[in-house]
Amino acid sequence: MAVAVAVDGLRKSYGTVEAVKGVTFSIEEGEVFALLGPNGAGKTTIVEILEGYRKRSAGTVEVLGMDPEKSSRRLKERIGIVLQESTTEPYLTVEEVLRQRTYWYPNPSNVDDVIALVGLEEKRRARLRTLSGGQQRRLDLALGLIGNPDLIFLDEPTTGFDPSARRASWVIIRNLCSLGKTVLLTTHYMDEAQHLANRVAVISGGVFVAEGTPDSLGGRNQAAVHIRFSLPDGITVHDLPIPARPDAAAGDVVIETQEPTAALARLTGWAVERRLELPGLSVTRPTLEDVYLELAGDPTDGAAADTTKATATTKATGTTKVTDATKAAS
Amino acid sequence: MKNDLELLGRQVGWEQRSYWRNPAAAGFSFVFPILIMVIFATTNGNGKIAELGNISYTQYYIPAIVAFGIMGVTFTNLAITVTFKREAGTLKRVRGAPLPSWIYLGGLIGNSIVVGILLTALVIAFGIIAYGVSIPGNIAALVVTLAVGAACFCAMGLAVTTVVPNADAAPAIVNLVFFPLLFISGTFFPISKGSVLTKIAGVFPVRHFITGTFAAFDPHAHSSLRGGDLLVMVGWGAVAMLVANRRFRWEASTT
Repeated sequence: MAVAVAVDGLRKSYGTVEAVKGVTFSIEEGEVFALLGPNGAGKTTIVEILEGYRKRSAGTVEVLGMDPEKSSRRLKERIGIVLQESTTEPYLTVEEVLRQRTYWYPNPSNVDDVIALVGLEEKRRARLRTLSGGQQRRLDLALGLIGNPDLIFLDEPTTGFDPSARRASWVIIRNLCSLGKTVLLTTHYMDEAQHLANRVAVISGGVFVAEGTPDSLGGRNQAAVHIRFSLPDGITVHDLPIPARPDAAAGDVVIETQEPTAALARLTGWAVERRLELPGLSVTRPTLEDVYLELAGDPTDGAAADTTKATATTKATGTTKVTDATKAAS
Repeated sequence: MKNDLELLGRQVGWEQRSYWRNPAAAGFSFVFPILIMVIFATTNGNGKIAELGNISYTQYYIPAIVAFGIMGVTFTNLAITVTFKREAGTLKRVRGAPLPSWIYLGGLIGNSIVVGILLTALVIAFGIIAYGVSIPGNIAALVVTLAVGAACFCAMGLAVTTVVPNADAAPAIVNLVFFPLLFISGTFFPISKGSVLTKIAGVFPVRHFITGTFAAFDPHAHSSLRGGDLLVMVGWGAVAMLVANRRFRWEASTT
């Protein structure tokens, strides 16, 4: 697999503020890579450097083998950009504005196909100023696709969507991936990254704090499994066959274990013997959200004070996780 | 290059379509000059201007409105449209597409020029038919003057966007610059040659565009092509182009 995006030691300063503090990653062709992080973490800065909108302060960047800073027409013909906020011609129709752009690209997609892909068939003759917010965002997606790009940048594509509109967009984005497009997605929704991405990098305070597949992120696949339930009447924590701790916040008890199958067998065997029902019984791994909050919640106190060290650790975890991801993909 | 010119032609076409569907833009820059022409010509219908050798008021007034119309569709319209598109993120989006920037801006400028030509033809035809204005003797001189004026005011329109901070401020700033100049430059009534106002107006290109255009219609003019007026417009246009080239912004300021 060829590399679509290669970034090494990327830094970006605005005046005295360093927004991106040494980021290294690469995206393979056909991969969906998500940059996950809170607002102001540096996601958009990184993406806009890759898109050619901003100049980097240091590091090397290659997008489809070209330097985006040179802003070449050849590169722009092969990428599709979906910006966070922008409008187009309010007095042209959906069909017209897409048709217009087919002339800008050497090998454009079919207008009807793109309209169908984003589900705007009913609005094809509507002027853009009459579109709702959700329809406008779907049009944005269509505009990013009309050039039939090899690489698509999606900057927070579902921010502000209601849940059903988000689901609908996810389906569209997944369809893109099945076409073999490479996608770089930024988001601050954990579930979005989990649903769409092959690989996720969590960014906070301008550095990567973790990188890996959504399942393995932050050692999630190795972390203890939580068995939760409420205590039946007349039973205390000490009566249970395996050690558990009460979780006051949730009002139930938690068993943390690396061997959930065995633990569950002992627990349920014990309960069935006594004809007890365990209310609210559930088995969970830490969610990506738990991992994310842990990683991104504290905007890298250490990293701010000692950037070099933070970058070094990021690189280290990055390398191991990339190996994981490659295994998972193959 | 052939493809790029074809692309430019198409862009002008899309901008045209968009322009005529926008009642505010078409209303302000296209209908407004015609309205002004009708109102002023009606109220001063039979007046004569002694200072200009007793020519009829409309003989002066029609060329002034032609210049006013062209300034409206180039300077005012471009400055406001481009600022709006910048603030709405349209320019940023275009910047990320393979369409060369000059073709995109060329589409907007081309649109202004098409509207300007239509407006000019309409105003002159109106003047001849309704007010008996005599046809300019030297059409070539008129065309050259209008072309130089249009180029100058297009460049000024792009240049002024660099000092407009946001879309809300665009109409206010543009008209604040434009309207006082229109008045002191004799757009709506001739201003006596030796006055202080005329001296001030003489620094700016608006007056030169009007006197230059009028020369082509002036039955007493020595020459229908006024080199001095053209030179002032070329100078302002060149400076504006330099400013636009150096300071043009494709994105809304983030502050």
